[in-house]
Order: sequence, then structure tokens, then C-alpha cells
Amino acid sequence: MKRGFAPWADPSQQPLVRFDAVTKRFGDVTAVDRLSLDIYEREFFALLGPSGCGKTTLLRLLAGFEAADAGAILLEGRNIDGVPPYRRPVNMMFQSYALFPHMTVAANVAFGLKQDRLPKGEINARVAEMLALVKLERFAHRKPHQLSGGQRQRVALARSLAKHPKVLLLDEPLAALDKKLREETQFELMDLQARLGTTFVIVTHDQEEAMTMAHRIAVMDHGHVKQVSPPADLYEQPNSRWVAEFIGDINIIETVVVSQTGDHAVLETAAGRRFSVGGVADAGAQAFMAVRPEKIRIALTPPLGGGLNHVAGRVVDIGYLGDMSIYKVRLDDGSVMRASLANARRGSERDIVPDQPVWLSWPPEAALLLTK
Amino acid sequence: MRRLSVFNLTTLAFGLAFLYLPIAILVIYSFNDSRLVTVWGGWSTRWYAVLLHDRDLLAATLNSLAIALASATLATILGTMAALALTRFGRFRGRMLLSAMVYAPLVMPEVITGLSLLLLFVAADVDRGFSTITASHTTLTMCFVTIVVQSRLVDFDRSLEEAAMDLGCPPLRTFFSVTLPLIAPAVAAGFLLAFSLSLDDLVIASFTTGPGATTLPIRIYSEVRLGVKPEINAVCTVLVAVVATAIVMASLLSKRGAAAPGLPGR
Ligand SMILES: Nc1ncnc2c1ncn2[C@@H]1O[C@H](COP(=O)(O)OP(=O)(O)OP(=O)(O)O)[C@@H](O)[C@H]1O
Ligand SMILES: [Mg+2]
Repeated sequence: MKRGFAPWADPSQQPLVRFDAVTKRFGDVTAVDRLSLDIYEREFFALLGPSGCGKTTLLRLLAGFEAADAGAILLEGRNIDGVPPYRRPVNMMFQSYALFPHMTVAANVAFGLKQDRLPKGEINARVAEMLALVKLERFAHRKPHQLSGGQRQRVALARSLAKHPKVLLLDEPLAALDKKLREETQFELMDLQARLGTTFVIVTHDQEEAMTMAHRIAVMDHGHVKQVSPPADLYEQPNSRWVAEFIGDINIIETVVVSQTGDHAVLETAAGRRFSVGGVADAGAQAFMAVRPEKIRIALTPPLGGGLNHVAGRVVDIGYLGDMSIYKVRLDDGSVMRASLANARRGSERDIVPDQPVWLSWPPEAALLLTK
Repeated sequence: MRRLSVFNLTTLAFGLAFLYLPIAILVIYSFNDSRLVTVWGGWSTRWYAVLLHDRDLLAATLNSLAIALASATLATILGTMAALALTRFGRFRGRMLLSAMVYAPLVMPEVITGLSLLLLFVAADVDRGFSTITASHTTLTMCFVTIVVQSRLVDFDRSLEEAAMDLGCPPLRTFFSVTLPLIAPAVAAGFLLAFSLSLDDLVIASFTTGPGATTLPIRIYSEVRLGVKPEINAVCTVLVAVVATAIVMASLLSKRGAAAPGLPGR
């Protein structure tokens, strides 16, 4: 479903939403800072970033609840500056759901349709269709406070989808659900998005959630976009140390580039240890070697042949996570690296014990060369 | 819960007696069969029957009710608007001044309010009567409405209004279809409070009244100066009943409002 969909790679495609150097300040806080971003039709787009980085503000700018101080927001090529929220073909699903407590579920869903003064029959048909979509037909006449958290979340979703918006904005829609329900709902949302073809822009704190659901993820920090990439690229090809450290777990080693041969560079740490890494960088430049814990092989004996990328150390800590274990290994120079190992068979995690000397190794292709 | 000590019980009893004994005596004596107010002559409801034929007293009662209704309605509209302005527009020029001005009648001695209103009406050359009392009672009771409604708006979830607008509802319609229904209990409580305050006001009404606009408290007061008549006890009992009902309903409404589902805060 996800594969093959890449309008961002096609220069002939017009973006549905374009943020063009948008800035939003609150007093002396710059919540969104000269941010540019394109979102395409039918795309499932996720905004990821630490708390306070401006994700909600970005959604509110698009919904029309905040006005940009500089820059332009284009919807289908038209500047929507000054268009009030009630005239934008964009709907939002609020984090708190914001269901009207004095109305039934059906009335909540019908609310937006009534504003368009649609004929009664059509409204009823659309409400029924929406409630069927989120499987809440039986609850049409309940009030919001008579529903569970998951049901309320689905009412909010139905209500925001009822008007068939061009873009649906979702601000941490699943934050209030427990883990199991959240995972189920993630797939329901993806399925819904694929069927309706609506563009979804979702804010989430949960990296896994963004990875699972989105076509592309924008990683934000301090009102800037750090990187926009499909999930796999974001994980495997972060463009900076900051993104690499923000997404998942990673070991970073500070080095200097010694030489460049073909598409491999040789890096050297201050302690004189050398590594070979796939990537291109100028000799003499500062560089970071980054390698994810699951790409490191942990062994009780030195690797045969003594290739470039291996280090020796002692296990200082073992974190048992069930499906895998994380080994913290202190190297000779005092730094700590993390390696993870799937617990493929029961009891396998007991082979390596604390304080044991181990060797860590990884192929040059598994590591990343980051220059900033 | 701690047990009530003897001391606590005594003070409680004294306090309640102090507050309610006079009213209780009034109510009991309104059912007194005797013509003399101080002599008990057995139970009877004859004074209530007399009341129904006392033209002046009935006219004053109707006046009072009409004024209370009109001024409470005005005070509710204005007070709700003031509460909205004070809670919604974070900082605007004169916000402090406005909130101070809204609450001023709360602490202002009624004599001063009444006198200043009288001076205003005289200076503006307004005929005093029904309309001047209504206007004065509106100024007096508006702040009570503002306080009740404001306490409700403070923990009102603004995202409900944003959700309505997001769904295509313009601001004014949003107010009437989302905000007002949700703050309605507080608005109704404010109305009842304003109504009962207007109903039992004597001081301001006597400053601002004019010919043909005698309110019930003014009537009672002037009658009592000539000696207490038993039917006055009866009419006072009715007044107490009306005001007590309004106050109980007001507090029930604001309690029910605070416990309304879906509203965060409480
Ligand atoms: N109405 C406002 N007034 C003042 N400052 C604001 C306002 N809204 C947001 N901010 C500030 O703007 C910055 C970005 O806020 P925003 O709510 O967009 O963050 P966020 O990325 O959604 O964070 P979170 O993940 O915690 O929800 C924050 O520093 C916040 O304090
Ligand atoms: Mg947020």
C-alpha cells in the first residue's frame, strides 16, 4: 500500500499544502521559524519532534486558528492567509477530542454538515455512513460522556471526516489510548486514509507510530524542519547527528576523516582508533560515525581477520526487554557503546554476563558518516 | 467527619436561631387567626385571603415582579457579556478598570448607589418610575451575574469553540450553539440571583421610584410604619418563599453546571 507512492519525488506534482518560509512568534518565543514544507495529495504525513518544537502551532496555522507573522501557507496553490477557520476546507481532530458534551454522537457528527445547510436526508445519510465507518452505529444516540475513551476518539474522527475535508489534521489523536488499542487504531487509521484518499497530517510523540503510519515524516526542532523523509530513510539515512539521535537509539563516535577511497571513508578517533564507513567526506574534516545498536555484532572472541570496525570492551549493564537485550559495553577509552541482540531462543540472553570481555564489530555499510 | 462537640452544637444552634428565628416567627404569625399581631389566636389562613383583596398590595407585588423580571433579564444579558469580555480577551486596555467597575456595586453602600442614581435621573430629567427602578436594579445585580458566569467560563474548554469553527460554524453561531448551551446553568443561576435581589431591594428602589411604581418592599415598609398588620406577615411569607425558591434553584443550577459531563476543570 505504501510502496510506489512518492509524489514528492516527482517534480511535476503540485503540493496540496505548501508552507513557504512561515514564521509564527508568541511574544519572544518563535514557535515556527521560517519553515518550508510541502505536503501532497493522498499523503499520510507525520510531524515528529520534542515537546514545544511547534507541531501544534503548525497545525493551528493550517487550520486557521493562528495567523503567520511571515511567509505564506498555500492550499492547492492559493494563499489562504486571512481565510477564517470556518471557511477552510481543512478539518482538525483535537487532542482532547473536543466533542460537544450537550449533543449526541449523531448530532456531533452532523454538526459540520448542518453548517453547510445540506438537506436533512443527505445529512442523515452521511452521518450513518460516517458512524458505520468508525463502527459506532449502535452508539448514535449516546452522549459523549457515556462512551469509552476509544469510542470518543472514533466519534471525533468521524466528526472531522464527515465534511470530506481536503486535509485532515490530527493532533496526537491516539495519545489517550492504551498501547493495544493504539496499535489497532493505527491500522484502522491507515486503512481509512487509504480508502478515503484524504490527506492526513498527524502530530505524534510516538516514533513507532509515525514510522508505522506515515508515508513521510518531518522531524522538527525549535520551529525548524530538520529532515523530511520516508520512515526507512529517516532511520537509515538521517542527515544529521541530531536526527540520528532523535530517531531510535544510536551510538555516535566523534572522529576526523583520514582518507577517502571510492565510496568509503576512513575515520580516526582522538584515541587513534580507525574505522571504515560508507559515505563521502573531505579528508581532515570533523565527522561522526553513527551505528545503531542492532547493527553491531557482539562476540565473546575477537573477530577473525581483524577487520577495521571492531572494538573491545567489557559489559557493564544488560537491559532485558523481552524480545531483545541491550548490552552496554565500556570500551578501553572509557566511552560506552550499546549493542542489542535479539533473544532468538529462550535463555539465550544468559550467554553474556556483566563484566565479561566482549568484542563489538560492524560492517562498514552498517555505519553512517555524518558531517553535522 | 469529626463529631460535633456540645460547644459546636450550641454555637450552631445560636447562629441558626439568630438567622432564622425572626423569619420563623414571621411565617408562624402569618398563620395567626388573631387581628392583633402579638397575640396568638390559633391557626388560620385568613390573612392570605385578605391579601388577595388588598388592591394596593397586589399592585405593588405585580410591580415588583415585573421590575425583577425586566431587570434580571437585562442584568443577565449585560452580565454575561461582561463575563465574556473579562475572561476571553486576555489583555486589553482598560481590562483592570472594567473588572473593578463591574465589581464596584458589590461593595458600594446601597444608599450611595441609590443616591447617585437619583442624581443622575434628576440631572438627565428622566421621569422616575418603572423604568428607572429597572435600570437601577440592572446596575445593582449585573455584577452578580458576571461573577457567576465568569467562574463558569474560566474552566470552559476553548477547544470546543474552535472545533465548532473548524467545522464551518461562524463565531456568533458558535456562541449560540455551543458556548451558551454549556454555560446555560450558570446564566440561569445568575438570572435567579438577580431576580431575587431585585425583588427584595428597598433602598435603591425608594431612591429611584416615582409615582405609580411602588414596589412590594416599599409598600411593606410604609405600611409597617403605621403598625404591623397581619396581612403584611402573609405577604412577607410569600416573598420569603419566592426568594428562597429562587436561591435554592440558583445554587442547584450552578452545582449541576459544575458537574456537567464533558467540561474539564470543575
Ligand atoms: N498561545 C500561545 N501563547 C504563547 N506561547 C505559545 C502559545 N502556543 C504555543 N506557544 C509556544 O510555542 C512553542 C511551540 O508550541 P507548540 O504547542 O506548537 O508545541 P508542540 O510541538 O505541539 O509541543 P507538544 O509536543 O508538547 O504538544 C512553545 O514554546 C509554546 O510555549
Ligand atoms: Mg502539541
